[in-house]
Amino acid sequence: MPGRTITRADLCEAVYRKVGLSRAESAELVEMLIDEIIETLERGENVKLSGFGSFMLRDKGQRIGRNPKTGVEVPIAPRRVMVFKPSPVMKARMNGADDAGEE
Amino acid sequence: MIKSELIQRLAAANPHLFQRDIEMIVNTVLDEIVDTLANDNRVELRGFGTFSVKKRPARVGRNPRTGARVSVSEKSVPFFKMGKEMRERLNGGQDDED
Repeated sequence: MPGRTITRADLCEAVYRKVGLSRAESAELVEMLIDEIIETLERGENVKLSGFGSFMLRDKGQRIGRNPKTGVEVPIAPRRVMVFKPSPVMKARMNGADDAGEE
Repeated sequence: MIKSELIQRLAAANPHLFQRDIEMIVNTVLDEIVDTLANDNRVELRGFGTFSVKKRPARVGRNPRTGARVSVSEKSVPFFKMGKEMRERLNGGQDDED
């Protein structure tokens, strides 16, 4: 049931169709857009895109994990992870958009 | 960074484009991602991560105030999984497997 997988190429195509730039320039802008988001997060800054959602950084402390196969305990180093929190608008659009006011 | 700052930064890097066009580009990309997920498809952006859809089955919930039973219909929720390269970049380049 998981259908199609959309990639950068499809996003570039959408920009090309909608904005009237060349294909090359559309591709370049999509790349810059993704890079800007990545670099902002890399600097330790959250990214909030209204109507879409937020990419939030979380710092995880060190903990003891276990190799599930061997049962051997291994320390898991402190690390930074990123979580995506969808906006209410996005959640509504994924569920038919008729329940926009929910949550 | 919020959306308007993202648009400003892209506009500064592309002085040959109108800010209006940059706005349209950003909105087109974000809309395309949402539309894709709304159609139960995935979006895979190498080096960043993957957006997919998780289904929450229909269930019987309760109104927490009154305790009344209410049926909650099936729901789709977006899910983002960070890519390996992104995880490395957030952690100073070293890859510690999770």
